[in-house]
Amino acid sequence: MFFTLLKKLLRSAVVLLIVLFATFALMFGNGEGIARGILGLGANEQDIQNKMQQLGLDRPLLVQFWDWLTGVVTGDLGKSYFTGETVSSALQNRLPVTLSLVIPTVIIAVVISVFLGVAAAYYGGWLDRTVQTATGIGAAIPGFIVGVALVFAFAVAIPLFPATGYVPFTTSPAGWVASITLPVITLLIGSIAGLAAQVRGAVIDTQSRDFVRTLRARGVSEAAIVFRHVLRTASGPAITAVGLIVIGLLGGVVFAEQIFALPGIGQLLNLSAQSGDVEMVMGCVLVMTLILLIVNFAVDTANVLLNPKARIS
Amino acid sequence: MAEPVVNVGKRQAEPILSVSDLEFTFGGRRGGKKVIDGVSFDLHAGETLSLVGESGSGKTTIGRAILGLAPVTGGSITFRGERVDHLSRRQRRGIARHIQVVFQDPYSSLNPALNVEDILVEPLRAAGVSGGRERIRELLDAVGLPADAGQRYAREFSGGQRQRIAIARALAMEPEVIICDEPTSALDVTTQARVLDLIKDIQQRTGVAYLFISHDLGVVKAISDRIAVLYAGQIVELGQAHKVSTNPDHAYTRRLQLAAPIADPKRQRDRRLQRLDVIELEEATRLAALAVGEEYA
Amino acid sequence: MSATDTELPATAPAPRKKSRSMLGRLLRNPLGAICLAFLLLVMVCGVFAGLITSIDPNFSELLAVNARPFSPGHLLGADASGRDTFARLLYGTRATMTACAIVLVVSLVLGVTAGLVAGYYRGRVEAVMDFIADVIMSLPGIVMLIALYAVTGPNMNLAMTIFGVIIAPTYFRLVRAVVVSVRSELYVDAAKVVGLSDARILSRHILWAVRGPVTIHSAGILAAGIAIQAGVSFIGLGDPTVPSWGTVLGDAFANIYRNPTGVIWPALLISLSILALVLLGNALRDAMQAGGSTPRMSNKQKRRLAATADRAGIKEPVSTPAAPAAAAGRDDVILSIRGLRMGYPNPDGEVREVLHGIDLDVHRGEVHGLVGESGSGKSQIAFAILGILPREAVILGGSISLSHEDLLADQAAQRRARGRRIAYIPQEPMSNLDPSFTIGAQLIYGLRAVRKMTKREAHAHLIPLLERVGIRDAERVMKLYPHEISGGMAQRVLICGAVATDPEIIVADEPTTALDVTVQAEVLELLRELTRERGLALVLVTHNLGVVADLCETVSVMREGRVVELGDVHGLFENPQEDYTKNLLASSKRVEMLEY
Repeated sequence: MFFTLLKKLLRSAVVLLIVLFATFALMFGNGEGIARGILGLGANEQDIQNKMQQLGLDRPLLVQFWDWLTGVVTGDLGKSYFTGETVSSALQNRLPVTLSLVIPTVIIAVVISVFLGVAAAYYGGWLDRTVQTATGIGAAIPGFIVGVALVFAFAVAIPLFPATGYVPFTTSPAGWVASITLPVITLLIGSIAGLAAQVRGAVIDTQSRDFVRTLRARGVSEAAIVFRHVLRTASGPAITAVGLIVIGLLGGVVFAEQIFALPGIGQLLNLSAQSGDVEMVMGCVLVMTLILLIVNFAVDTANVLLNPKARIS
Repeated sequence: MAEPVVNVGKRQAEPILSVSDLEFTFGGRRGGKKVIDGVSFDLHAGETLSLVGESGSGKTTIGRAILGLAPVTGGSITFRGERVDHLSRRQRRGIARHIQVVFQDPYSSLNPALNVEDILVEPLRAAGVSGGRERIRELLDAVGLPADAGQRYAREFSGGQRQRIAIARALAMEPEVIICDEPTSALDVTTQARVLDLIKDIQQRTGVAYLFISHDLGVVKAISDRIAVLYAGQIVELGQAHKVSTNPDHAYTRRLQLAAPIADPKRQRDRRLQRLDVIELEEATRLAALAVGEEYA
Repeated sequence: MSATDTELPATAPAPRKKSRSMLGRLLRNPLGAICLAFLLLVMVCGVFAGLITSIDPNFSELLAVNARPFSPGHLLGADASGRDTFARLLYGTRATMTACAIVLVVSLVLGVTAGLVAGYYRGRVEAVMDFIADVIMSLPGIVMLIALYAVTGPNMNLAMTIFGVIIAPTYFRLVRAVVVSVRSELYVDAAKVVGLSDARILSRHILWAVRGPVTIHSAGILAAGIAIQAGVSFIGLGDPTVPSWGTVLGDAFANIYRNPTGVIWPALLISLSILALVLLGNALRDAMQAGGSTPRMSNKQKRRLAATADRAGIKEPVSTPAAPAAAAGRDDVILSIRGLRMGYPNPDGEVREVLHGIDLDVHRGEVHGLVGESGSGKSQIAFAILGILPREAVILGGSISLSHEDLLADQAAQRRARGRRIAYIPQEPMSNLDPSFTIGAQLIYGLRAVRKMTKREAHAHLIPLLERVGIRDAERVMKLYPHEISGGMAQRVLICGAVATDPEIIVADEPTTALDVTVQAEVLELLRELTRERGLALVLVTHNLGVVADLCETVSVMREGRVVELGDVHGLFENPQEDYTKNLLASSKRVEMLEY
């Protein structure tokens, strides 16, 4: 069992490295372009060459990547080309904001989706049809439109919540909750829509399997069948779905931070990309990829624990 | 390892299909499983030879190997004197018109997206022969289906009728050998009887040879000339159908024969007691042999 | 060989009600037609934008700054720079259409080709492609696009191409899964044997199966294209000189306090277009499937049906058995079924009857065989007795009495009896064991569900029972998972689970059909011994007359939902009354060991 997990961890690490290198190659491939972007249109050849040497952009790509990678391990991710702020301090400041959106969303989404998915699959009828329609619409409408709609409804039309700005938890818990409510709701709609549909599908599939019928014939109560047996077997595909939802969530977080003016990693990514600050961009990609790695590993571990067949790989 | 019990029949003609010391080991590397462990038999023109065995006996794999659907790790398969076991895909296609198949599952052996005409025309087209309506009608008639069946889809037919379509497809190229891989196992008993009649009838009319694979000793008795009994990848008995199915020599065949119940309460009771006796005897013999230190195959 | 088979479909070919083409079926679906019309309308307006409005989308009119909707000359108002919203949205359609086209073509070509190759050839090729797909899918698309912007600037076509690559793995996974499943179908094997080349097999059989899912998926891809193009423009990474839906929304949002209504139009347009595509995808899926799922009736509907069935007096005459019931006069009847009628709902709301009034009596300690071919309804009776019919099933009338308690009328009695007084042995051993729990855990749990005992007591009770059913080394087997034991052993485990609760009657649904014949003989022997030892009654459902002759004392022959003959086993086999029974016996004997 541990061997299987180790293999999966190794695989994730390799994937992570490839993604990072591909992104790095993309970002730093055109060293001259970067230098030009920093110096502006009026720069001449000599200035550009000097700038490139100063920033180490004239070295071979692999050397630059290795340098950057070793820097990651020590905590030195470079400096912004524009503000002079170190990448790691920028990330440290902004990470709590992004996590304040991602973590509550995941927790609430899982709870509600399991509840909705199981109820829809078990009771069927109008409840199932309603859930199917709602999740269909929720999954289709892009997150940024939901965000805009929420701002329109609750900040402009009926000013209930602040439309922008982040209040750290340490400053004021109530303020923190108020500032993350609308963005979290924005992210929740897409996440719940996707996850509830998956849970519902997995439960319906499991319910129709032979062993469930046999359990019923043995006299096991309906409640025990659903909670002990069906959920156990349906959890496999459902947990995998959580991993996919988190990927979508990281994308959605970028929009949410933009719409609600929250100083998180997503907003940093957007700003840095628009100004051509590739060091910052790499830092943001690193953080997001790490979050994904952790989530995927948690998903794999949970799967192995719950599903005996997954233990032999 | 005990020698298989072989009763030599009266055939003298050259066999049309010959399998010699066939071997197939599954999952190479270290300690693979020997699915086929040195199997040899001959099939003569116009005869029906059945391969009987339970699950894990290797009978299905032998059939697939002859059809070129499964690889072979040892031994040879010869058709009309020429080796066919290690042919390339293209060479394999050349003998397609000579060796055909009817599979067990009538529901997945016909493409649900094609109508019956398309299904029957496919083998003709593959061989580059222009089929035409005439041939289709002939084939449908040969298996007892109405002429308008061509326009319909497979899903509109019952299991037994679908097997008839599969048989018609096998007949399209007038092959010399048809491998029947449990063709009636998925059918009701009344349908089974009718399809078996059809299979026999076709042999009388066309002289095709059958390699009939089944787990049911009773079914193969009704249809075979000779029977080969398979156990763990080896043939343990091979002989005339009547002898093997009513008065077999090998202990395993005897066990197989007594295990299948028959539709006659009084005689079944006798057979059941007989079976229990045989098992007791075997058990006693085995314990005795172990005490003496011999292997009992 | 009879040409006049009773199996033949109706000789007159059924008139083709539905059109063969998918498009036809799609258009017949009202929702599908509306969505298609809407999307076509939007596209046409985009292409012919110049003919619909004369205003330049980039033209700033100072007087029109923040104009309200429906103001003169500006149907949907104007933005903070005085540009007409309607014109900008119209012209913006072109950008959206271009983006969608690029995404679709790139992802489809890459994904479908890769999926076909990987699915058909498998092996290392598949492993490599799988890994690449994993890498591509492991980062959110929008993050990669934003990162890319840092290098390329506002190049929407390039961004959409990259997005096409990012989303291609979804096609890959889909197509690969379809190809793998089709590849293992027997008709592909048959095509190989028939002599078709790989290319012909791919194009004729496999592509055919793939086109449906790919088409449906493409609707979703187009929707994703709209969303991502609008999203990227919305956060400011689009080309500011080119009007697009996302830019209009972004500008309006920046201006939301001064001109709140400005966000409505682009938001609506984007949302409706995406929704139309998603719904179109659903309509396509419906159009491609021949039949829908069986509708489930509410309990109220079921009761109403049962009531009308009674009132209409469609009471079928009780099937009179030809031979008298065995040993009339014994009143130790443990299970009694009277007039059981049951069916399933059709898509059009009617109920198709499957059991037409079944009468059955089972005495204590008796082995009663229910024999019939497929479609006779014998398994349905077994499920009805146990109360484990599928949700969709509708009971139309009749009673099932276990020692004078009507299980159909009294749900609570049914629940009490299930597992405790009536036990079940299923047909397929492996699929009837819960894969997530060990054998021991399942057996103990099942036992404790109906009998009050501690885990230890249950364990102690089960070990000797497992040995009794022929499992040596019971302690070790208790710790194994279902996928670690053989089919024969699994069936013995299920038998053990059934008798562990000391029931009065066992319902066995073809318990030996899925087993090898030698194992079958052992299991039949086991069932005989257990029923004798414990005085159990056994209802044995089977299609095999040999099994009936071996084990049963009384036999009910079933055909198409009716009992056509009932009698003791000797009488039935020696002197069958009904033609159907005779036919069944003759067919059975046709394929037997002994000569007749």
